[in-house]
Amino acid sequence: MASCTDLEEELVRDESVATPHEPEMSRRNFLTATTALTAALAVGLPHAADAQSTTASAPRMADLLLTINGKQQALPIDTRTTLLDLLRENLELTGSKKGCDHGQCGACTVLLNGRRVNSCLTLAVTLSGAEVTTIEGLGQPGNLHPAQQAFVDHDGFQCGYCTPGQINSAAALIDEFKRGELSQVSFETGKTDHPQATEREIKERMSGNICRCGAYPNIVAAVRALTMGGVA
Amino acid sequence: MNPFTYERAAAADTAIRAASSHGAKFLGGGTNLVDLMKYGVEHPTTLVDVNHLGMDQVTPTAAGGMFVGGSVRNSDLANNPAIVRNYPLLSHALLAGASPQLRNMATTAGNLLQRTRCYYFMDTAFPACNKREPGSGCAALNGFNRIHAVLGQTDEGAASPHTCIATNPSDMNVAMYALGAVVEVQGPKGKRSIAVADFHRLPGKNPELDTNLRPDELILGVTLPPATFAKNSWYLKVRDRQSYAFALVSVAAGLEMNGGTIKSAGLALGGVAHKPWQSKEAERALAGKPANRTTFMDAANVALTGAHGYKDNAFKVEMAKQTIVRALTLAAQGVQA
Ligand SMILES: Cc1cc2nc3c(=O)[nH]c(=O)nc-3n(C[C@H](O)[C@H](O)[C@H](O)COP(=O)(O)OP(=O)(O)OC[C@H]3O[C@@H](n4cnc5c(N)ncnc54)[C@H](O)[C@@H]3O)c2cc1C
Ligand code: SF4
Ligand code: FES
Ligand code: FES
Repeated sequence: MASCTDLEEELVRDESVATPHEPEMSRRNFLTATTALTAALAVGLPHAADAQSTTASAPRMADLLLTINGKQQALPIDTRTTLLDLLRENLELTGSKKGCDHGQCGACTVLLNGRRVNSCLTLAVTLSGAEVTTIEGLGQPGNLHPAQQAFVDHDGFQCGYCTPGQINSAAALIDEFKRGELSQVSFETGKTDHPQATEREIKERMSGNICRCGAYPNIVAAVRALTMGGVA
Repeated sequence: MNPFTYERAAAADTAIRAASSHGAKFLGGGTNLVDLMKYGVEHPTTLVDVNHLGMDQVTPTAAGGMFVGGSVRNSDLANNPAIVRNYPLLSHALLAGASPQLRNMATTAGNLLQRTRCYYFMDTAFPACNKREPGSGCAALNGFNRIHAVLGQTDEGAASPHTCIATNPSDMNVAMYALGAVVEVQGPKGKRSIAVADFHRLPGKNPELDTNLRPDELILGVTLPPATFAKNSWYLKVRDRQSYAFALVSVAAGLEMNGGTIKSAGLALGGVAHKPWQSKEAERALAGKPANRTTFMDAANVALTGAHGYKDNAFKVEMAKQTIVRALTLAAQGVQA
């Protein structure tokens, strides 16, 4: 492994090359890089080891301050880290699943400032000041979120891999209905004023979550029960 | 993914200055850029985050239209009450795209600039792609070209440096064309307005260029002209599955009606060309005519003039015509919103 000083110098040189017009930026990044490096060595981030190779492949580090499941976290991260990888690899919050890593399946769905997003396409570095809720924070055994309870009651899964994403989506969907938000089905059915949670609406609004097991009938049943206010 | 420096810009001019450095790119929702970085198709050395520039508002304009900020999320735009009321075509098109999660992330500017879903463009294992590697040829021409273009493409053979039969995959853009939107941009030398129809490019001899936007120009937002199609419009998207899939063919149709007669029309197609395909000739063919099947069929034939498909996508020509007729029929019924 490169000595700390070598690595620091390399990072600093990169930063000043990347932002020649912003001397202040370079200084701030220098500080970030230094603290980041210390922390990276401390937690043994995989990228610290190959940073010595070439200038172009040296990781750029940044400090991140965000709230996850109600807990403030200050973290040094490689700018390339997605929210999904941050959760799973750095914070051991493995409830969020990686299905495709390209926004195509919804297994990684989490709530960002209360709205559902795909964490696999969200760069963690963009989230300073944000609030993230994962399946672990939505509810816990003995204190399940209504969406979690509805999936249990209606057997809304088989292998369970897509389930955390499905449940986060379902939780967000409830709020979207309450806010009167629309879907393409609302237009197709001519119900663009506070649409009701019909089966067709639910299917459309859950379509960002794919279930390889095909547990769809029970997923729809769970979400229907949830939208009707009842859980069982 | 290659390493990159991240900058959260606080003002438009600092963002533009930061984007002037070689290898820098703006970051919106990241749903296309981050995806393509993971595939190794895009490799910016700096990402300039433009989500904190106050470009997240939808406001009325003095001319009676609306201004949509560049970082307004697709879901927020689709649900904006004034947009739903006056530009339901835009809401409908936005909601036909991607998934609720992706629409919560995707921005207006990012959607305008999303790149083609051509398999050969997105997969660096294929060496030939003029869009990704200028001059390398086009793997799609003799490859699997089901999602490719039937109008306005450049086809000079698979080895030509000009050939490209890619399509623009956006739904939002198709509605923007039918509505006659204007893209407002700012560069180092100031601001300019670009009619959306002049914003995207056909491949011509430079398939590597999707648009006429310069790399250091920031999209501030989009201006919508005063609404003419609020009562009679429809977005019809045909695809391999009913949701969470890109269009094979889509049609944005807007009609300004005077009794049973069409006063003016906006008509654009998605999934058929390198940019949303707006047929001014078809729009003229509709104007002043009774809103009936004969009129719609005539317009469809005009819109598809010169279309030609390939091994896997020839079906798109007839499908586009039928989709136009159906979209115009639904628009004329005035069931939307
Ligand atoms: C699985 C999947 C399915 C999808 N399905 C559909 C679909 O059915 N229909 C559809 O229309 N779309 C679909 N999309 C695409 C989605 O709509 C786009 O990815 C999204 O609109 C891009 O917006 P963004 O803000 O995330 O852009 P980003 O990824 O952030 O950026 C895209 C480009 O725009 C540039 N940019 C961003 N903001 C600005 C600015 N203010 N000024 C200048 N340049 C800027 C970036 O540099 C980049 O080049 C899908 C995407 C995925 C992953
Ligand atoms: S169609 Fe265009 S994007 Fe696709 S392989 Fe050919 S040149 Fe590349
Ligand atoms: S892992 Fe994020 S959408 Fe599939
Ligand atoms: S329960 Fe197995 S993937 Fe959905």
